Amino acid sequence: MAFKYDSNARYAKTHEWARIEGDLVVVGISDYAQDALSDVVFVELPAVGSTVSAGTAVAVVESVKAAEDVYSPVSGEVVAVNEKLADKPELVNADPYGEAWFFKVRPSNLSELDGLMDAAAYEAFLASQEH
Amino acid sequence: MAELRQTPLYERHVAMGGRMVPFAGYALPVQYPTGPLAEHHAVRQAAGLFDIDHMGQFRIVGRDAGVFLQYVQPRDIEAMEVWEAEYSFFCYADGTFVDDIFLYRLPDAWFVVVNAANREKDLFWLDTLAVGFDCDIVDVSDPTCMFALQGPKAQAILQKLTDVDLSQVKFHTAAQGLVAGIETLIGATGYTGEYGYELFFPAEHAVAMWESLLEAGRDEGLLACGLAARDSLRFEACLPLYGHEISAEVEPVGARLAWVCDWDKGPWVGREAVLRTKLEGPKQVLVGLEMVDRGVPREHYPVAAEGRIIGHVTTGMKSPTLDRFLAMAYVPPAYSAIGTEVEVIIRDQPKKARVVPRPFYKPAYRQG
Repeated sequence: MAFKYDSNARYAKTHEWARIEGDLVVVGISDYAQDALSDVVFVELPAVGSTVSAGTAVAVVESVKAAEDVYSPVSGEVVAVNEKLADKPELVNADPYGEAWFFKVRPSNLSELDGLMDAAAYEAFLASQEH
Repeated sequence: MAELRQTPLYERHVAMGGRMVPFAGYALPVQYPTGPLAEHHAVRQAAGLFDIDHMGQFRIVGRDAGVFLQYVQPRDIEAMEVWEAEYSFFCYADGTFVDDIFLYRLPDAWFVVVNAANREKDLFWLDTLAVGFDCDIVDVSDPTCMFALQGPKAQAILQKLTDVDLSQVKFHTAAQGLVAGIETLIGATGYTGEYGYELFFPAEHAVAMWESLLEAGRDEGLLACGLAARDSLRFEACLPLYGHEISAEVEPVGARLAWVCDWDKGPWVGREAVLRTKLEGPKQVLVGLEMVDRGVPREHYPVAAEGRIIGHVTTGMKSPTLDRFLAMAYVPPAYSAIGTEVEVIIRDQPKKARVVPRPFYKPAYRQG
Protein backbone atom coordinates (compact mmCIF):
# COMPACT_ATOMS: atom_id res chain seq x y z
CA MET A 1 0.00 0.00 0.00
CA ALA A 2 1.33 3.38 -0.96
CA PHE A 3 1.11 6.03 1.72
CA LYS A 4 1.32 9.78 1.35
CA TYR A 5 4.21 11.78 2.74
CA ASP A 6 4.78 15.47 3.29
CA SER A 7 8.26 16.17 2.00
CA ASN A 8 8.48 19.30 4.20
CA ALA A 9 7.93 17.29 7.38
CA ARG A 10 10.17 15.10 9.51
CA TYR A 11 8.94 11.88 11.03
CA ALA A 12 9.24 9.99 14.31
CA LYS A 13 9.36 6.19 14.57
CA THR A 14 6.11 6.52 16.52
CA HIS A 15 4.51 7.95 13.33
CA GLU A 16 4.16 11.61 14.23
CA TRP A 17 5.28 14.28 11.75
CA ALA A 18 6.81 17.65 12.65
CA ARG A 19 7.00 20.60 10.28
CA ILE A 20 8.61 23.99 10.83
CA GLU A 21 6.27 26.90 10.18
CA GLY A 22 7.85 30.25 11.04
CA ASP A 23 9.23 29.92 14.54
CA LEU A 24 6.82 27.12 15.48
CA VAL A 25 6.78 23.37 14.93
CA VAL A 26 3.47 21.89 13.80
CA VAL A 27 2.76 18.28 14.80
CA GLY A 28 0.38 15.65 13.45
CA ILE A 29 0.25 11.93 12.68
CA SER A 30 1.31 10.33 9.42
CA ASP A 31 -0.84 8.91 6.66
CA TYR A 32 0.42 5.47 7.65
CA ALA A 33 -0.72 6.08 11.24
CA GLN A 34 -4.22 7.19 10.29
CA ASP A 35 -4.58 4.21 7.96
CA ALA A 36 -3.40 1.79 10.65
CA LEU A 37 -5.89 3.28 13.11
CA SER A 38 -8.70 3.35 10.53
CA ASP A 39 -11.75 5.47 11.38
CA VAL A 40 -10.70 8.05 13.98
CA VAL A 41 -13.50 8.95 16.39
CA PHE A 42 -11.78 11.02 19.09
CA VAL A 43 -8.71 13.16 19.61
CA GLU A 44 -7.50 14.40 22.99
CA LEU A 45 -5.04 17.30 22.75
CA PRO A 46 -2.61 18.88 25.23
CA ALA A 47 -3.51 22.10 27.01
CA VAL A 48 -2.39 25.31 25.36
CA GLY A 49 0.43 26.72 27.47
CA SER A 50 1.61 23.33 28.67
CA THR A 51 5.23 22.33 28.35
CA VAL A 52 5.99 19.14 26.46
CA SER A 53 9.15 17.05 26.18
CA ALA A 54 10.27 15.24 23.07
CA GLY A 55 9.29 11.57 23.13
CA THR A 56 6.57 11.86 25.77
CA ALA A 57 2.88 11.09 25.25
CA VAL A 58 0.99 14.37 25.07
CA ALA A 59 -2.13 13.55 23.03
CA VAL A 60 -4.36 10.58 22.31
CA VAL A 61 -6.00 9.53 19.07
CA GLU A 62 -8.78 6.96 19.25
CA SER A 63 -10.24 4.85 16.49
CA VAL A 64 -13.32 2.66 16.59
CA LYS A 65 -11.28 -0.10 18.20
CA ALA A 66 -8.31 1.41 20.02
CA ALA A 67 -6.70 4.36 21.80
CA GLU A 68 -3.15 5.29 20.78
CA ASP A 69 -0.78 7.76 22.38
CA VAL A 70 0.67 10.60 20.32
CA TYR A 71 4.22 11.56 21.30
CA SER A 72 5.59 15.04 20.88
CA PRO A 73 8.54 14.92 18.49
CA VAL A 74 9.95 18.14 20.00
CA SER A 75 10.24 19.85 23.36
CA GLY A 76 8.74 23.24 24.04
CA GLU A 77 5.54 25.08 24.86
CA VAL A 78 2.23 24.20 23.25
CA VAL A 79 0.96 27.46 21.76
CA ALA A 80 -2.02 26.20 19.78
CA VAL A 81 -4.14 23.06 19.38
CA ASN A 82 -6.44 22.15 16.51
CA GLU A 83 -9.90 22.69 18.00
CA LYS A 84 -11.51 21.43 14.78
CA LEU A 85 -10.53 17.87 15.67
CA ALA A 86 -12.93 17.88 18.61
CA ASP A 87 -15.95 17.96 16.33
CA LYS A 88 -14.36 16.48 13.22
CA PRO A 89 -11.93 13.75 14.26
CA GLU A 90 -12.48 12.16 10.85
CA LEU A 91 -10.25 14.92 9.42
CA VAL A 92 -7.34 12.82 10.72
CA ASN A 93 -8.25 10.17 8.15
CA ALA A 94 -9.04 12.63 5.39
CA ASP A 95 -6.13 15.08 5.58
CA PRO A 96 -3.44 13.97 8.03
CA TYR A 97 -0.78 16.47 6.85
CA GLY A 98 -3.11 19.42 6.37
CA GLU A 99 -6.37 20.18 8.16
CA ALA A 100 -5.72 17.52 10.80
CA TRP A 101 -2.62 18.99 12.42
CA PHE A 102 -2.74 18.25 16.17
CA PHE A 103 -0.80 21.00 17.96
CA LYS A 104 1.86 23.70 17.52
CA VAL A 105 4.93 23.93 19.72
CA ARG A 106 7.30 26.82 20.33
CA PRO A 107 10.43 24.66 20.31
CA SER A 108 13.06 24.97 23.01
CA ASN A 109 15.62 22.92 21.09
CA LEU A 110 15.18 22.82 17.33
CA SER A 111 18.08 20.42 16.93
CA GLU A 112 15.71 17.68 18.18
CA LEU A 113 14.33 17.67 14.65
CA ASP A 114 17.68 16.34 13.45
CA GLY A 115 16.91 13.09 15.26
CA LEU A 116 13.80 12.57 13.14
CA MET A 117 13.57 11.00 9.68
CA ASP A 118 12.92 12.82 6.45
CA ALA A 119 10.12 11.52 4.22
CA ALA A 120 12.36 9.14 2.27
CA ALA A 121 13.88 7.68 5.42
CA TYR A 122 10.44 7.30 7.00
CA GLU A 123 9.14 5.52 3.92
CA ALA A 124 12.12 3.16 4.09
CA PHE A 125 11.48 2.70 7.81
CA LEU A 126 7.85 1.70 7.14
CA ALA A 127 8.99 -0.74 4.46
CA SER A 128 11.39 -2.32 6.94
CA GLN A 129 8.56 -2.73 9.45
CA GLU A 130 6.40 -4.77 7.07
CA HIS A 131 6.14 -8.42 7.90
CA MET B 1 -0.07 -15.67 12.47
CA ALA B 2 1.12 -19.14 11.45
CA GLU B 3 -0.26 -20.74 14.59
CA LEU B 4 -3.73 -19.26 14.06
CA ARG B 5 -6.52 -21.27 12.53
CA GLN B 6 -7.89 -20.06 9.23
CA THR B 7 -11.45 -20.19 8.01
CA PRO B 8 -12.04 -21.43 4.42
CA LEU B 9 -12.43 -17.75 3.48
CA TYR B 10 -8.93 -16.74 4.60
CA GLU B 11 -7.50 -16.25 1.11
CA ARG B 12 -10.62 -14.35 0.03
CA HIS B 13 -10.37 -12.02 3.03
CA VAL B 14 -6.75 -11.25 2.22
CA ALA B 15 -7.58 -10.74 -1.46
CA MET B 16 -10.38 -8.33 -0.47
CA GLY B 17 -7.92 -6.30 1.60
CA GLY B 18 -9.21 -7.59 4.92
CA ARG B 19 -7.00 -6.61 7.83
CA MET B 20 -6.40 -9.96 9.50
CA VAL B 21 -6.14 -10.10 13.29
CA PRO B 22 -6.10 -12.91 15.83
CA PHE B 23 -9.49 -13.58 17.40
CA ALA B 24 -10.36 -16.65 19.47
CA GLY B 25 -7.48 -18.53 17.89
CA TYR B 26 -8.45 -17.66 14.33
CA ALA B 27 -7.09 -15.17 11.82
CA LEU B 28 -10.14 -13.06 10.95
CA PRO B 29 -10.68 -9.70 9.24
CA VAL B 30 -11.19 -6.87 11.72
CA GLN B 31 -12.20 -4.69 8.78
CA TYR B 32 -12.01 -4.40 5.01
CA PRO B 33 -10.74 -1.30 3.18
CA THR B 34 -14.26 0.16 3.45
CA GLY B 35 -13.57 0.69 7.16
CA PRO B 36 -15.48 -0.25 10.31
CA LEU B 37 -17.80 2.77 10.28
CA ALA B 38 -18.95 2.22 6.69
CA GLU B 39 -19.42 -1.48 7.44
CA HIS B 40 -21.44 -0.66 10.55
CA HIS B 41 -23.69 1.78 8.72
CA ALA B 42 -24.18 -0.68 5.85
CA VAL B 43 -25.73 -3.18 8.27
CA ARG B 44 -28.05 -0.58 9.81
CA GLN B 45 -29.11 0.81 6.42
CA ALA B 46 -28.73 -2.05 3.93
CA ALA B 47 -26.88 -5.29 4.72
CA GLY B 48 -23.60 -6.78 5.82
CA LEU B 49 -22.01 -10.20 5.34
CA PHE B 50 -19.85 -11.69 8.09
CA ASP B 51 -17.59 -14.75 8.04
CA ILE B 52 -18.25 -16.16 11.50
CA ASP B 53 -16.99 -19.64 10.79
CA HIS B 54 -14.91 -19.46 13.98
CA MET B 55 -18.15 -20.06 15.92
CA GLY B 56 -18.61 -23.63 17.13
CA GLN B 57 -21.58 -25.91 16.49
CA PHE B 58 -22.66 -29.07 18.29
CA ARG B 59 -25.38 -31.50 17.32
CA ILE B 60 -26.97 -33.22 20.28
CA VAL B 61 -28.69 -36.45 19.31
CA GLY B 62 -30.06 -39.56 20.98
CA ARG B 63 -33.05 -40.62 23.01
CA ASP B 64 -32.21 -38.34 25.95
CA ALA B 65 -31.01 -35.33 23.93
CA GLY B 66 -33.94 -33.16 24.95
CA VAL B 67 -33.86 -34.24 28.59
CA PHE B 68 -30.14 -33.56 28.66
CA LEU B 69 -30.50 -30.06 27.20
CA GLN B 70 -33.29 -29.33 29.63
CA TYR B 71 -30.79 -30.11 32.38
CA VAL B 72 -27.74 -28.19 31.13
CA GLN B 73 -29.29 -24.82 30.26
CA PRO B 74 -32.05 -22.64 31.79
CA ARG B 75 -34.60 -22.34 29.01
CA ASP B 76 -37.64 -24.64 28.91
CA ILE B 77 -36.96 -26.37 25.62
CA GLU B 78 -40.17 -28.38 25.79
CA ALA B 79 -41.83 -25.08 24.96
CA MET B 80 -39.78 -24.81 21.76
CA GLU B 81 -41.34 -25.91 18.48
CA VAL B 82 -39.39 -27.79 15.84
CA TRP B 83 -37.52 -25.14 13.75
CA GLU B 84 -37.56 -22.67 16.65
CA ALA B 85 -34.29 -21.02 17.67
CA GLU B 86 -33.58 -19.30 21.01
CA TYR B 87 -30.82 -17.63 22.97
CA SER B 88 -29.63 -19.36 26.14
CA PHE B 89 -26.48 -20.14 28.14
CA PHE B 90 -24.70 -22.78 30.18
CA CYS B 91 -24.03 -22.08 33.87
CA TYR B 92 -21.73 -23.70 36.36
CA ALA B 93 -23.33 -24.96 39.57
CA ASP B 94 -22.38 -21.67 41.26
CA GLY B 95 -24.45 -19.80 38.66
CA THR B 96 -21.57 -18.22 36.76
CA PHE B 97 -21.39 -18.52 33.00
CA VAL B 98 -19.76 -21.34 31.08
CA ASP B 99 -20.83 -19.77 27.77
CA ASP B 100 -23.80 -18.24 26.03
CA ILE B 101 -25.35 -20.16 23.16
CA PHE B 102 -27.95 -20.22 20.44
CA LEU B 103 -30.16 -23.27 20.46
CA TYR B 104 -32.02 -24.66 17.42
CA ARG B 105 -34.65 -27.36 17.62
CA LEU B 106 -34.26 -29.32 14.38
CA PRO B 107 -36.42 -32.30 13.36
CA ASP B 108 -33.61 -34.80 13.97
CA ALA B 109 -31.34 -33.07 16.50
CA TRP B 110 -30.72 -30.16 18.80
CA PHE B 111 -28.22 -27.77 17.26
CA VAL B 112 -26.17 -25.57 19.56
CA VAL B 113 -24.03 -22.63 18.46
CA VAL B 114 -21.23 -21.76 20.90
CA ASN B 115 -18.48 -19.18 21.10
CA ALA B 116 -15.27 -20.05 19.27
CA ALA B 117 -13.06 -19.50 22.30
CA ASN B 118 -15.23 -21.84 24.40
CA ARG B 119 -15.67 -24.73 21.99
CA GLU B 120 -13.34 -27.21 23.69
CA LYS B 121 -14.36 -26.04 27.16
CA ASP B 122 -18.08 -26.38 26.38
CA LEU B 123 -17.62 -29.82 24.87
CA PHE B 124 -15.74 -31.01 27.94
CA TRP B 125 -18.37 -29.46 30.22
CA LEU B 126 -21.26 -31.10 28.37
CA ASP B 127 -19.47 -34.45 28.21
CA THR B 128 -18.93 -34.24 31.97
CA LEU B 129 -22.64 -33.66 32.55
CA ALA B 130 -23.80 -36.24 30.00
CA VAL B 131 -22.91 -39.25 32.12
CA GLY B 132 -26.03 -41.38 32.44
CA PHE B 133 -27.87 -39.70 29.57
CA ASP B 134 -28.47 -41.62 26.36
CA CYS B 135 -27.23 -38.90 24.03
CA ASP B 136 -24.24 -37.90 21.93
CA ILE B 137 -22.74 -34.45 21.69
CA VAL B 138 -21.16 -34.21 18.26
CA ASP B 139 -18.83 -31.31 17.51
CA VAL B 140 -19.63 -30.43 13.89
CA SER B 141 -17.76 -27.11 13.92
CA ASP B 142 -15.10 -28.12 11.39
CA PRO B 143 -17.33 -29.51 8.63
CA THR B 144 -19.88 -26.72 9.18
CA CYS B 145 -19.30 -23.21 7.84
CA MET B 146 -21.21 -20.28 9.34
CA PHE B 147 -21.91 -16.84 7.87
CA ALA B 148 -24.17 -14.04 9.08
CA LEU B 149 -26.15 -11.91 6.63
CA GLN B 150 -27.61 -8.99 8.56
CA GLY B 151 -29.58 -5.83 7.89
CA PRO B 152 -32.85 -4.54 6.43
CA LYS B 153 -31.90 -5.83 2.93
CA ALA B 154 -30.82 -9.27 4.15
CA GLN B 155 -34.12 -10.95 3.27
CA ALA B 156 -34.25 -9.49 -0.23
CA ILE B 157 -30.66 -10.53 -0.90
CA LEU B 158 -31.01 -14.06 0.41
CA GLN B 159 -34.34 -14.55 -1.38
CA LYS B 160 -32.53 -14.15 -4.71
CA LEU B 161 -30.57 -17.31 -3.94
CA THR B 162 -33.19 -19.64 -2.48
CA ASP B 163 -36.62 -21.11 -3.13
CA VAL B 164 -37.33 -21.18 0.59
CA ASP B 165 -40.04 -18.56 1.18
CA LEU B 166 -38.16 -16.34 3.61
CA SER B 167 -41.27 -14.34 4.48
CA GLN B 168 -42.39 -17.50 6.27
CA VAL B 169 -39.13 -17.87 8.20
CA LYS B 170 -40.02 -15.69 11.18
CA PHE B 171 -37.55 -14.15 13.61
CA HIS B 172 -36.02 -16.87 15.83
CA THR B 173 -37.08 -19.72 13.58
CA ALA B 174 -35.12 -21.70 11.03
CA ALA B 175 -35.55 -23.53 7.72
CA GLN B 176 -33.54 -25.98 5.67
CA GLY B 177 -33.10 -25.56 1.94
CA LEU B 178 -30.84 -24.75 -0.97
CA VAL B 179 -29.04 -21.39 -0.99
CA ALA B 180 -27.07 -20.82 -4.19
CA GLY B 181 -27.48 -24.56 -4.75
CA ILE B 182 -25.88 -25.39 -1.40
CA GLU B 183 -27.79 -27.30 1.27
CA THR B 184 -28.13 -24.74 4.09
CA LEU B 185 -29.67 -24.32 7.50
CA ILE B 186 -31.12 -20.80 7.54
CA GLY B 187 -31.59 -19.36 11.00
CA ALA B 188 -33.49 -16.06 11.25
CA THR B 189 -31.28 -14.70 14.01
CA GLY B 190 -28.28 -12.49 14.39
CA TYR B 191 -26.00 -10.44 16.56
CA THR B 192 -26.41 -6.93 15.23
CA GLY B 193 -29.80 -5.66 16.35
CA GLU B 194 -31.09 -6.00 12.78
CA TYR B 195 -33.18 -8.63 11.08
CA GLY B 196 -31.08 -11.14 9.25
CA TYR B 197 -29.86 -14.69 8.97
CA GLU B 198 -27.20 -17.00 10.23
CA LEU B 199 -26.35 -19.59 7.59
CA PHE B 200 -24.88 -23.05 8.21
CA PHE B 201 -23.63 -25.17 5.32
CA PRO B 202 -20.84 -27.61 4.40
CA ALA B 203 -17.47 -25.91 4.76
CA GLU B 204 -16.27 -27.00 1.29
CA HIS B 205 -18.79 -24.57 -0.23
CA ALA B 206 -17.63 -21.56 1.79
CA VAL B 207 -16.06 -19.60 -1.07
CA ALA B 208 -18.96 -20.30 -3.45
CA MET B 209 -21.49 -19.18 -0.82
CA TRP B 210 -19.50 -16.04 -0.04
CA GLU B 211 -19.23 -15.05 -3.70
CA SER B 212 -22.91 -15.80 -4.37
CA LEU B 213 -24.06 -13.67 -1.44
CA LEU B 214 -21.79 -10.74 -2.32
CA GLU B 215 -23.00 -10.90 -5.94
CA ALA B 216 -26.66 -11.07 -4.86
CA GLY B 217 -26.14 -8.04 -2.65
CA ARG B 218 -24.12 -5.98 -5.09
CA ASP B 219 -27.01 -3.66 -5.97
CA GLU B 220 -28.47 -3.66 -2.45
CA GLY B 221 -25.59 -1.96 -0.67
CA LEU B 222 -24.25 -5.16 0.87
CA LEU B 223 -20.75 -4.88 2.36
CA ALA B 224 -18.46 -7.57 3.70
CA CYS B 225 -17.98 -6.70 7.36
CA GLY B 226 -15.21 -7.40 9.84
CA LEU B 227 -15.01 -8.00 13.56
CA ALA B 228 -14.94 -4.29 14.42
CA ALA B 229 -18.37 -3.71 12.89
CA ARG B 230 -19.68 -6.93 14.45
CA ASP B 231 -18.61 -5.60 17.84
CA SER B 232 -19.99 -2.07 17.42
CA LEU B 233 -23.31 -3.40 16.10
CA ARG B 234 -23.85 -5.88 18.91
CA PHE B 235 -22.70 -3.23 21.41
CA GLU B 236 -25.34 -0.71 20.36
CA ALA B 237 -28.00 -3.38 20.74
CA CYS B 238 -26.46 -4.32 24.14
CA LEU B 239 -26.04 -7.95 23.13
CA PRO B 240 -23.51 -9.52 25.50
CA LEU B 241 -20.14 -10.85 24.36
CA TYR B 242 -18.50 -13.70 26.21
CA GLY B 243 -15.29 -12.53 27.89
CA HIS B 244 -16.70 -9.02 28.27
CA GLU B 245 -20.25 -8.81 29.62
CA ILE B 246 -20.40 -12.48 30.57
CA SER B 247 -17.74 -14.80 31.95
CA ALA B 248 -17.09 -17.26 34.75
CA GLU B 249 -16.82 -14.18 37.02
CA VAL B 250 -20.45 -13.08 36.63
CA GLU B 251 -23.91 -14.62 36.64
CA PRO B 252 -27.18 -14.10 34.74
CA VAL B 253 -28.99 -11.83 37.19
CA GLY B 254 -26.22 -9.24 37.24
CA ALA B 255 -25.80 -9.64 33.48
CA ARG B 256 -29.53 -8.82 33.05
CA LEU B 257 -30.13 -12.20 31.43
CA ALA B 258 -32.36 -13.79 34.07
CA TRP B 259 -35.26 -13.42 31.59
CA VAL B 260 -33.86 -16.47 29.79
CA CYS B 261 -34.43 -18.69 32.84
CA ASP B 262 -37.58 -20.78 33.14
CA TRP B 263 -37.93 -21.28 36.88
CA ASP B 264 -40.78 -23.79 36.72
CA LYS B 265 -39.36 -26.35 34.31
CA GLY B 266 -37.47 -28.42 36.86
CA PRO B 267 -33.81 -28.58 37.82
CA TRP B 268 -30.98 -27.30 35.64
CA VAL B 269 -27.33 -26.81 36.40
CA GLY B 270 -26.91 -23.47 38.18
CA ARG B 271 -30.59 -22.99 39.01
CA GLU B 272 -30.18 -22.87 42.77
CA ALA B 273 -27.37 -20.31 42.68
CA VAL B 274 -29.04 -18.10 40.07
CA LEU B 275 -32.36 -18.22 41.91
CA ARG B 276 -30.65 -17.23 45.15
CA THR B 277 -29.01 -14.28 43.42
CA LYS B 278 -32.37 -13.32 41.93
CA LEU B 279 -33.92 -13.30 45.41
CA GLU B 280 -31.03 -11.71 47.28
CA GLY B 281 -29.86 -9.39 44.52
CA PRO B 282 -26.56 -9.44 42.62
CA LYS B 283 -23.44 -7.69 43.86
CA GLN B 284 -22.84 -6.07 40.47
CA VAL B 285 -25.24 -5.32 37.65
CA LEU B 286 -24.67 -4.44 34.04
CA VAL B 287 -25.67 -0.87 33.18
CA GLY B 288 -25.46 1.43 30.21
CA LEU B 289 -23.34 4.55 30.64
CA GLU B 290 -23.15 7.69 28.56
CA MET B 291 -20.19 10.03 28.91
CA VAL B 292 -21.07 13.53 30.10
CA ASP B 293 -17.45 14.73 29.89
CA ARG B 294 -15.57 14.12 26.66
CA GLY B 295 -13.73 10.82 26.35
CA VAL B 296 -13.97 7.29 25.00
CA PRO B 297 -14.77 4.70 27.67
CA ARG B 298 -12.95 1.43 26.97
CA GLU B 299 -13.00 -2.09 28.33
CA HIS B 300 -11.41 -2.45 31.80
CA TYR B 301 -11.54 1.28 32.58
CA PRO B 302 -12.56 1.73 36.24
CA VAL B 303 -15.92 3.22 37.15
CA ALA B 304 -15.89 5.41 40.26
CA ALA B 305 -18.38 7.22 42.49
CA GLU B 306 -17.94 9.19 45.68
CA GLY B 307 -14.18 8.93 45.40
CA ARG B 308 -13.84 5.17 45.13
CA ILE B 309 -13.76 2.54 42.42
CA ILE B 310 -17.16 0.81 42.21
CA GLY B 311 -16.91 -1.17 38.98
CA HIS B 312 -15.49 -1.40 35.49
CA VAL B 313 -16.36 -0.94 31.84
CA THR B 314 -16.93 -4.16 29.86
CA THR B 315 -17.28 -2.59 26.41
CA GLY B 316 -17.25 1.06 25.39
CA MET B 317 -16.90 3.13 22.27
CA LYS B 318 -18.31 5.99 20.29
CA SER B 319 -21.58 4.58 18.99
CA PRO B 320 -21.48 4.91 15.20
CA THR B 321 -25.27 4.98 14.83
CA LEU B 322 -26.06 7.26 17.76
CA ASP B 323 -22.89 9.39 17.70
CA ARG B 324 -22.64 9.21 21.51
CA PHE B 325 -19.84 7.97 23.77
CA LEU B 326 -21.36 4.92 25.46
CA ALA B 327 -20.33 1.98 27.60
CA MET B 328 -21.61 -1.10 29.29
CA ALA B 329 -20.27 -1.45 32.82
CA TYR B 330 -20.69 -3.47 35.98
CA VAL B 331 -21.58 -1.39 39.05
CA PRO B 332 -23.25 -2.16 42.40
CA PRO B 333 -27.07 -2.08 42.22
CA ALA B 334 -27.10 1.10 44.35
CA TYR B 335 -25.57 2.93 41.37
CA SER B 336 -27.67 1.32 38.65
CA ALA B 337 -30.71 3.63 38.51
CA ILE B 338 -31.15 5.58 35.27
CA GLY B 339 -29.64 9.03 35.70
CA THR B 340 -27.17 8.06 38.42
CA GLU B 341 -23.95 10.06 38.05
CA VAL B 342 -20.68 8.14 38.12
CA GLU B 343 -17.20 8.67 36.73
CA VAL B 344 -15.22 6.64 34.24
CA ILE B 345 -11.48 6.83 34.89
CA ILE B 346 -9.91 7.50 31.50
CA ARG B 347 -6.10 7.57 31.58
CA ASP B 348 -6.12 8.42 35.32
CA GLN B 349 -8.61 11.25 34.81
CA PRO B 350 -12.14 10.90 36.26
CA LYS B 351 -14.65 11.80 33.55
CA LYS B 352 -18.32 12.29 34.32
CA ALA B 353 -20.82 9.76 33.01
CA ARG B 354 -24.39 8.85 33.82
CA VAL B 355 -26.46 5.69 33.76
CA VAL B 356 -28.72 5.52 30.68
CA PRO B 357 -31.28 2.97 29.48
CA ARG B 358 -30.22 -0.17 27.61
CA PRO B 359 -30.25 -1.09 24.82
CA PHE B 360 -28.70 2.02 23.28
CA TYR B 361 -30.10 1.03 19.90
CA LYS B 362 -33.49 -0.62 19.90
CA PRO B 363 -33.21 -3.72 17.71
CA ALA B 364 -35.28 -3.70 14.52
CA TYR B 365 -37.17 -6.76 15.74
CA ARG B 366 -38.25 -4.89 18.88
CA GLN B 367 -39.42 -1.76 17.07
CA GLY B 368 -42.96 -0.94 15.95
